[in-house]
Amino acid sequence: MTELMPSGKVTAKIFPHPLNAWYAAAWDHEVTSKAPMARTIAGKPMALYRTRDGRPVALADACWHRLAPLSMGKLVGNDEVQCPYHGLRYNSAGRCTAMPAQETVNPSAMVPSYPVVERYRYLWVWPGDITMADPDLIPDMHQMVDPGWAGDGLTIEAPCNYQLILDNLMDLTHEEFVHGSSIGQEELSESEFRTRLEDDGSVTVERWMLDVEPPPFWRKNIRDRFPDFEGRVDRWQIIHYYAPSTICIDVGVARAGTGAPEGDRSQGVNGYVMNTITPETDRTSHYFWAFMRNYRLDSQLITTQLREGVKGVFAEDEAMLAAQQAAIDANPGHEFYSLNIDAGGMWVRRILDRMLQAEGRALAGSAR
Amino acid sequence: MTSSAQPDWCTGRVLATTPVARDVQRITIERPARGRAAPGSHLDVRVPVGDSTDVRSYSIVESDDEGLLLTISVLRVPQSRGGSTFMHSLVPGDALQVTQPLQNFPLRMGAPRYLLLAGGIGITAVAGMARALRGAGADYTLVYVGRSRDRMAYVDELAQLHGERLVLRVDDEGTPLDVAQLVRSVDAHPLRGATELYMCGPIRLMDAVRREWEAAALPPVNLRYETFGSSGWFQPVEFVVSVPQRQVQTTVRTDETVLEALIRAGVDLMYDCRKGECGLCLLDVDAVDGVLDHRDVFLSAAQKNCGRSLSTCVSRVAAPEGSSTRPWVSLMLP
Repeated sequence: MTELMPSGKVTAKIFPHPLNAWYAAAWDHEVTSKAPMARTIAGKPMALYRTRDGRPVALADACWHRLAPLSMGKLVGNDEVQCPYHGLRYNSAGRCTAMPAQETVNPSAMVPSYPVVERYRYLWVWPGDITMADPDLIPDMHQMVDPGWAGDGLTIEAPCNYQLILDNLMDLTHEEFVHGSSIGQEELSESEFRTRLEDDGSVTVERWMLDVEPPPFWRKNIRDRFPDFEGRVDRWQIIHYYAPSTICIDVGVARAGTGAPEGDRSQGVNGYVMNTITPETDRTSHYFWAFMRNYRLDSQLITTQLREGVKGVFAEDEAMLAAQQAAIDANPGHEFYSLNIDAGGMWVRRILDRMLQAEGRALAGSAR
Repeated sequence: MTSSAQPDWCTGRVLATTPVARDVQRITIERPARGRAAPGSHLDVRVPVGDSTDVRSYSIVESDDEGLLLTISVLRVPQSRGGSTFMHSLVPGDALQVTQPLQNFPLRMGAPRYLLLAGGIGITAVAGMARALRGAGADYTLVYVGRSRDRMAYVDELAQLHGERLVLRVDDEGTPLDVAQLVRSVDAHPLRGATELYMCGPIRLMDAVRREWEAAALPPVNLRYETFGSSGWFQPVEFVVSVPQRQVQTTVRTDETVLEALIRAGVDLMYDCRKGECGLCLLDVDAVDGVLDHRDVFLSAAQKNCGRSLSTCVSRVAAPEGSSTRPWVSLMLP
């Protein structure tokens, strides 16, 4: 008989994060060669900076000697950071290169240096086993840099476990209730959706709303491309999840009945909501997002309007996520139960659980 | 997996022991805690020494993916105070106190070229690095030096895994290592400034490499080594140490350090690392009859030549060649 996973196994309320994974640590422009910056990624405090020739570096943010934060220090030489307390210096590999008041350097002296890759406008770090850090594992977010797309984004410092944000993005039914004034509409919870695990290990949740009134956000967008637009639209949301915590959502509307579900989007507007969520601690997350579009690429006005519009929408999510985390912490004896709409989020949890198992950190048997 | 951490002691169990070379025992230990051992990491083990226990560090040669099974290899040291003798007496089923894998000798991935140098039992620290570099498709060469082949553990396995990337240098086969030539080969390579050398072995070998590396003006941080402060330029002999300020005089046996002898004699000394790295136990030399056998990595070559200070946790005094009198050293407290 096939042994099934116990019910509720992956509905942990505080979900641990894999360490053998690339996480976005910062936007490319945030990290400079002027001064190091402190940021905690997957529970590991890091000092981020660039060498004089622009290469990004992530060192553990604690001096080998007495653990003073290197992020408070200054950058010296070509690729070194100097501890603000006693002046020990470390190169970009984390090796100590100078100690005060002695002629040699203790060969043990080093701080961990995390692999860093700059890609898709983010700096990605690998907090786990460095021998497994393969840059090909960075999730595909090519719309961030593709000349066929334009847009911008921001970071939300979300006061919640990262899995709550993944749940939020894997089920957009909530738009009807949380974002009623911008992108929500009744048809969201009425329309059918399909959830599938792809051969490449990604998860797709696809939902089409045919012949519906466009909500205000989408009416504005389609009019940016077709100023005389009136009437109804076919609307789509196709969610792509890439482990551990990147979700790119293909969204858009087209004039109703012009063939968008069959692949002809020429009478519509298409956006990509780019989301990559980096656990900071068990109860806080760095949520990096951007909204990209593939029409009117040269309009900075539209780029700014979309960024500010989505910022307003996401502030509504942030408020809900903060309240949800607070309620979780205030109700330690209560468990999570699942609905049909959670299929996408439950696949994400199962995939993350398998990554944790591979690291020897599986969730306990029927852990809640 | 990254830097050194607080030792987390637990009870491990010996799963298997196998002799793998003359005086070298391969020991596989099963332990409950999880966590894969990264290349270059070691295990601390509690060993009985006389009436008390002490801690020994052994490089992890192999680890399974989950870190439940860790393999070390231990060389029996003739002047052992009991550590290596105890380790050689272990049989499957024995329990012993071990830490999680600790890391003082991390391998940095991503360098364009690597040279790994192992002398004798130092292969235990370097074998895992070579395996990781092979797995990552890196450009590396493993140079393995020994006095004779029967003393060199893992030669066949290494040859099978690394093929032509393994270079054996065996003294009694007429192929000893030419250190100057080795460092010249790094210096002459187009990637000279980016080649990283990781070494573990007897202090004579490592000192020689350090000197050549310095002379070639290669980047000091690209030379990485681990020393457990256990080998010197001379065979350990018994000598006398005195501290006139405290009217203390005692003998340093071959199986103890100056630091231990002085503490035994009642001198309250400061120390920390006990492997010749931190410099806290340094004392000034007042007078010496014999040769200072510096075994630390704290003092620079110039400071060692000048002979003013001694790292009491590892360094010794040896008899000059041909002398039959017992050497002595007089040390000054700060």
